[in-house]
Amino acid sequence: MSTATAPAAASGATTSLTMAQALNTALRDAMREDPTVLVMGEDVGTLGGVFRITDGLAAEFGADRCLDTPLAEAGILGSAVGMAMYGLRPVVELQFDAFAYPAFEQLLSHVAKMRNRTAGRLPLPITIRIPYGGGIGGVEHHSDSSEAYYAHTPGLHVLTPATVADGYGMLRAAIASDDPVVFLEPKRLYWSKDEITPGPVEPIGRAVVRRQGTSATLLTYGPSLPVCLEAAEVARAEGWDLAVVDLRSLTPFDDETVTAAVRATGRAVVVHEATGFGGPGAEIAARVTERCFHHLAAPVLRVTGFDIPYPPPMLERHHLPGVDRILDAVARLQWEQ
Amino acid sequence: MTLLDQPAGPSASVWPPNAHGPRRDPAPLLPDPEPFRLLDTPAADKLDPELLRDLYRRLVLGRRYNQQATTLTKQGRLAVYPASTGQEACQVAAALVLREDDWLFPSYRDTLAVVSRGVRPVEALTLLRGNAHHGWDPKAHRTAPLSTPLATQAPHAVGLAHAARLRGDDVVALALVGDGGTSEGDFHEALNFAGVLGAPVVFLVQNNGYAISVPLSKQSAAPTLAHKAVGYGISGRLVDGNDAAAMHTVLTEAVEHARSGRGPVLVEAVTYRLEAHTNADDATRYRTPDEVDAWQERDPLAVLERHLRAHDLIDDAGVAAAAEAAEELAAEMRAEFHSEPELDPLSLFTHVYAEPTPQLREQADLLAAELAAEADAR
Ligand SMILES: Cc1ncc(C[n+]2csc(CCOP(=O)(O)OP(=O)(O)O)c2C)c(N)n1
Ligand SMILES: [Mg+2]
Repeated sequence: MSTATAPAAASGATTSLTMAQALNTALRDAMREDPTVLVMGEDVGTLGGVFRITDGLAAEFGADRCLDTPLAEAGILGSAVGMAMYGLRPVVELQFDAFAYPAFEQLLSHVAKMRNRTAGRLPLPITIRIPYGGGIGGVEHHSDSSEAYYAHTPGLHVLTPATVADGYGMLRAAIASDDPVVFLEPKRLYWSKDEITPGPVEPIGRAVVRRQGTSATLLTYGPSLPVCLEAAEVARAEGWDLAVVDLRSLTPFDDETVTAAVRATGRAVVVHEATGFGGPGAEIAARVTERCFHHLAAPVLRVTGFDIPYPPPMLERHHLPGVDRILDAVARLQWEQ
Repeated sequence: MTLLDQPAGPSASVWPPNAHGPRRDPAPLLPDPEPFRLLDTPAADKLDPELLRDLYRRLVLGRRYNQQATTLTKQGRLAVYPASTGQEACQVAAALVLREDDWLFPSYRDTLAVVSRGVRPVEALTLLRGNAHHGWDPKAHRTAPLSTPLATQAPHAVGLAHAARLRGDDVVALALVGDGGTSEGDFHEALNFAGVLGAPVVFLVQNNGYAISVPLSKQSAAPTLAHKAVGYGISGRLVDGNDAAAMHTVLTEAVEHARSGRGPVLVEAVTYRLEAHTNADDATRYRTPDEVDAWQERDPLAVLERHLRAHDLIDDAGVAAAAEAAEELAAEMRAEFHSEPELDPLSLFTHVYAEPTPQLREQADLLAAELAAEADAR
């Protein structure tokens, strides 16, 4: 695996980076700026993480600030809670989506609730980085899209970048946040490349329109953004001009941007890898319907993973929302009224 | 013969090669075979009489605190109360051995330890009163909120102790866990982390024999719970939890051990829950009156008072003074719980995030409108 260490990108200078390198740069810049920021997790030190996102951090900041922990996700997150109580800003790496589950009790019962149960006296500025999603040919337990569990939990911010620039900016924003952030990294986008200018950090919680369009609006995030953009390109040939919204943040949810983008076209499809039943798309479709009912020419449709355990790698392409399935959904948006 | 039965031949010492880390001698980590005791032993003569009198006053206070809190449940002033009657020596000692800048990580049963740390009863009992999840300022009292999910506070203590050391402070964290809690994964993970990090943390297990109805025999097959320490490379201590002097001595040593950088300590205090699990529990369904009577004989308060009287370390006036202070505490508790707590429904939205999300603002507006309509209807 290639290294994620960025070609020494000074803040402000434009450089060509992969998403992995952008995340690595964000961690390094945050650690340089704030001595209370520390990175911890399985294999994050000497190895630099299995995806190399923490590459070089132990060498620059020492083993105490880039801590190789024992294999125990509840212990990792639980001790991060104690560290945050003592004034540190832990950035926790949980190695894979499905291996974050042992930390669930700490996440739900303590991380998400501590500010609330102490009436604001013990905020927990913890960032929990989780590589998630499929499309990398991973075997069982390496491809889950677990965002619905986190988004369903009050007290957590749930962010997921889809571009290299957001990999940097949103991770910086997450670390700067005084609230706990579940930071979901689409692992199949780790190697995507772009020219970016690592710079000032935007506030958490705004969606962006990645592509303007007039026919219908695709609402998506994370690993499905490039698929939706590709679908929009293909759709042009069929006469549809699709808008694409990158949600970026599931909590807080940017109703304002989404509502405006759907009203502008009157048609919407939500696209994500996570299973559909009780998934984020159900919430989004409901919110859009509540706010845009009189602007809608068709029901809000969803293109999601099937309601099955994540499939084996040789079958995953049938499960993942692809261009054709998205366009089929667009075709069903009641055009011939 | 299985593989395990094979006598260790000469090859056993060569394989595996010593590449997998150090092998440590477990002997120094092992707890005493019997719970450590001081009262009613010759060693007790060396104890500071003033310390013993102080412990006595605190136990009297603690017992009265437990009684008053239980009464408050009967009057509907507390939603529920898990009494620590019979465990006062453990809780008082846990608070007493800590410095002001040390941290305590209590569970739901440990409000007496919290009060002994200087928190007002009405704040220590907020969770159990039901008007809010938590009362006191954790940072001001260096005392974490009561933890209800079993053993989940143990890794917090490890993290805090480790963070303190990273920041150059010689602060110790003490986590309280029940015997049942030692079966939880978080207990295991916390001890393992503590051992690996060498964090300045003390785990105090109050082994009161039961996890609600389930006796320790169904909870663990370990020789003692203190033995669990050895598997994590940390020191285990076994102590009579109803001997206040022994508790104070062992915990003082454990805290010093941790503070001086010699690593974490697991202390198992053998004690007994004289009351039911909570006021809502019926303990007669799982234990006999004979068993409870036998433990009444080892009541930590009675044990200490017998010792003080036998050695002429306290007189009737001293006993009366302690009782009077306890009555004052009880009166304070009655007064504080007499009035209804103030409730602000809109506060439900204020501390979910540093800044309410747009969605929470909408929901707060909805509730505000409902409240206004309610007020109009009145
Ligand atoms: C994770 C979790 N599981 C179950 C419970 C429900 N519960 C509350 S107290 C208790 C018994 C705990 O026993 P022990 O750890 O010995 O503490 P004690 O109550 O005796 O002080 C149980 C099962 C809980 N609070 N947390
Ligand atoms: Mg118990």
